[in-house]
Amino acid sequence: MADLPELRIGIDVGGTNTDAVALDAGGRVIAKAKRPTTPDVTEGLRAALDAVLGELGEGARIGRVMLGTTHATNAILERRGLGRVAVVRLGAPATTSVPPLSDWPGDLREAVSAGEAILPGGHYVDGREISPPDLDAVRRFLDGTRADGARADAVAVTSVFSPASDEHERLVAELVAAEYGLPVSMSHEIGSLGLLERENATVLNAALYGVAAHVTDALVTALDERGLGVPGRRAEPYLAQNDGTLMTVEHAARLPVSTIGSGPANSLRGAAFLSGVADAIVVDVGGTSTDLGVLSGGFPRESAAAVEIGGVLTNFRMPDILAIALGGGTKVRRHGVGPDSVGYRIVREALVFGGGTATMTDAAVAAGRGPREAPGWRDRLAAALGDMSEEIADTLERAVMIADEMVIDAVDRMSLGKTDRPLVAVGGGAFLLPDRVPGVSRVIRPEHAEVANAVGAAIALASGRVDTILPAGDSRSEAIERAKEEAVGRAVAAGADPSGVEIVDLLEVPLSYLSEPAVRVHVKAAGPLAR
Amino acid sequence: MSISVSDIPALARGCAVLGTGGGGDVRTGSLAATRAIREYGEVPLVRLADLADDALVVPLSGIGAPTVSHEMIHSEDEPKRVAEEVERLFGRPPSAVMSSEIGGSNGVAPVAWAAQLGLPLLDADGMGRAFPEVQMVSMYVAGLPADLVIMSDVAGNVVTIRPVDGLWSERLARAVCVAAGSHALMADYVLTAAQARGAVIEGTVTRALEIGRATEGAADPLQALQDRLDAVRLITGKLTDVERRTTGGFVRGTATIEGTGADRGRRLTMELQNENLVAIEDGQVRAMVPDLITVVDTETAAAVQTEALRYGQRVTVLAWPCDPLWRTPKGLDTAGPRAFGYELDYVPVEELMTRG
Repeated sequence: MADLPELRIGIDVGGTNTDAVALDAGGRVIAKAKRPTTPDVTEGLRAALDAVLGELGEGARIGRVMLGTTHATNAILERRGLGRVAVVRLGAPATTSVPPLSDWPGDLREAVSAGEAILPGGHYVDGREISPPDLDAVRRFLDGTRADGARADAVAVTSVFSPASDEHERLVAELVAAEYGLPVSMSHEIGSLGLLERENATVLNAALYGVAAHVTDALVTALDERGLGVPGRRAEPYLAQNDGTLMTVEHAARLPVSTIGSGPANSLRGAAFLSGVADAIVVDVGGTSTDLGVLSGGFPRESAAAVEIGGVLTNFRMPDILAIALGGGTKVRRHGVGPDSVGYRIVREALVFGGGTATMTDAAVAAGRGPREAPGWRDRLAAALGDMSEEIADTLERAVMIADEMVIDAVDRMSLGKTDRPLVAVGGGAFLLPDRVPGVSRVIRPEHAEVANAVGAAIALASGRVDTILPAGDSRSEAIERAKEEAVGRAVAAGADPSGVEIVDLLEVPLSYLSEPAVRVHVKAAGPLAR
Repeated sequence: MSISVSDIPALARGCAVLGTGGGGDVRTGSLAATRAIREYGEVPLVRLADLADDALVVPLSGIGAPTVSHEMIHSEDEPKRVAEEVERLFGRPPSAVMSSEIGGSNGVAPVAWAAQLGLPLLDADGMGRAFPEVQMVSMYVAGLPADLVIMSDVAGNVVTIRPVDGLWSERLARAVCVAAGSHALMADYVLTAAQARGAVIEGTVTRALEIGRATEGAADPLQALQDRLDAVRLITGKLTDVERRTTGGFVRGTATIEGTGADRGRRLTMELQNENLVAIEDGQVRAMVPDLITVVDTETAAAVQTEALRYGQRVTVLAWPCDPLWRTPKGLDTAGPRAFGYELDYVPVEELMTRG
């Protein structure tokens, strides 16, 4: 039995479904399952895992389990299970005109903040100190939050220009760990330039430590219960993050905020893997909505704009996704399409399932686009239409035209004018999409496209990134080399095999209006997981 | 009338529209204004006519590198130090704060500065829009000497400059700004109310508020905005090309918009230099600086900054007349098309429309 090759299981928890797949050593999908996502998320996860394990049978050797989950997003949206955070900003006397959490919705701030302070510290753009950090002031602030009874579960520290100069954040983190024993989020590990957005992301990260522990426990317990935790049969667990790469559970415990947005990233990476195409527009059609993203060199193109989570603006990098209200369950009416959907009730309510609601699935089947593996749908639809007026048939026909226009328009927006890339159609509702779409070279429909997101989780690499400001003069190339080494170090810390890590992205932007010429540098390294 | 927390979103939207693509992001200024009003109370909005002749008006603006201002936010103490220096120099405290530039971030942030100082905000500014250079202000066009600049930084430094002219004013202020970490608060031209009459553009805070409110809850935000501005709709279409190049510290570029719907078959190109400066169709100029040209989202009528222009956006380009001050010979010398390097004779947008 020890000779059997190791398998990988990828699980992706989406808004409607939790998908799981098993891949063999050659990257072939050998088992797959779709189960409804449950309100507590964990039940659906177990059900999908059991379904795949059942299909594999006894004796299968699972080497790794990769999970992409919405636990963190849900916790923020529902203000549930969040920890209390003491918020420290280092920059005084600068930045006092906009204190921390100024733009937070009142209820989220209420749930998360154990107090906020702007204390001495931080740097100028050219690396000089604004003022030396005042560690006694940090102690007084943290002692004060204790006295207020709003006991902090964690501390978030954000220093002005820390993406370029991080030493003040480190000093405070050491103090908090040594004297208060609390976990600390440091902003330079979490976001890029843009003080308020980076601070927001750092506070959210600190608030999610409890949620991260819960997810990790749930996953590890689920694996233990299924005999995948014992020595010799141990399956190594990983969590997916928003750039389409993985991290160890230990790493995820420190950076839970980076699991937000992993779903679309997984879907894009899965589409690349299943289609064998590295540059493409990926259209993921679900039950209620369609997500469009762009693959560039096998990785998701990242959004240039700040991303809002639960009403809070953050600046960590997320895949650039355009969502449109079009899915298999989208309701079709005489005057238009959606935006409402029958959602998971599609299996009862759509005409092809014998229900009485016309949906986009019905419209697609009427246009001859139904999935090959469901030939019965066409007969049932014909039977349903036989009982109805010709008007319904017209409505369905028009709906397909409207939906195609929506997709063509969205593809055009995402393409940025490049028309030579293929479109990869994935997701449970991919059959809705036409075979010809203006603005793309061709439409690819890979096998297992309905579980592309879980495949994306299963094949993901580990990565690390650095975003900083460097002098543009003679020392530039040396400084960039150091930034690259730092990115590689972070990838290895996230679980990558040191011998397989490569720099996958290097972006240099010159800065204007400064005394010394400087460049903003973004480096990303990624590589396969270490054995 | 006074400015309350609930006015800030409308003011910010209006300032963004008047920014003609530049002037900086209004978000941080909005947060600072909201916070300052909560802390220090609402900000009275006064008219120039309400001020005594010898009352001092302090025009304030934030200056520095855009990248830096996203990270280095103003200290609450900066306006106080400028006000103290004004009092030291003039022997009396200032009576009102004025926005130097109503377009963009410098239109909203003065609400915070006025609240922090406990002073009213003058319903006026020095541009009626946004411009990239310090001397492109109404006070310069009106012939007031550029002989005083007061700057205050996050560390607490205050620098007073007595320049001999506008050129030295810009040169020295820039050097101080860089030394202060590429970020500072600046008072340029401290005015008596008597000097300000005819030398500032009045009513622009109210106008920004009205522009921002016009789209609130409107069934057709674009039409509501166009009506409020009394603007010409140059084109409604899709952004098909944006080309940017950095020269001489400024971002220059060209944006192309192809018409959709009723405008199908038409194509407008726009010359950009931080702001939208010239709009051309079929080789004919349709609008040019100092008239205002703003790109808005066709659906929401929210202004789109030049740096946020992206292929595929569905936008409408609106143009409307600038303040008459900019149409005087000195106004056109200062901020007409030739001041930005375009070999064009200025023709008002409303005349260009009737020609077309």
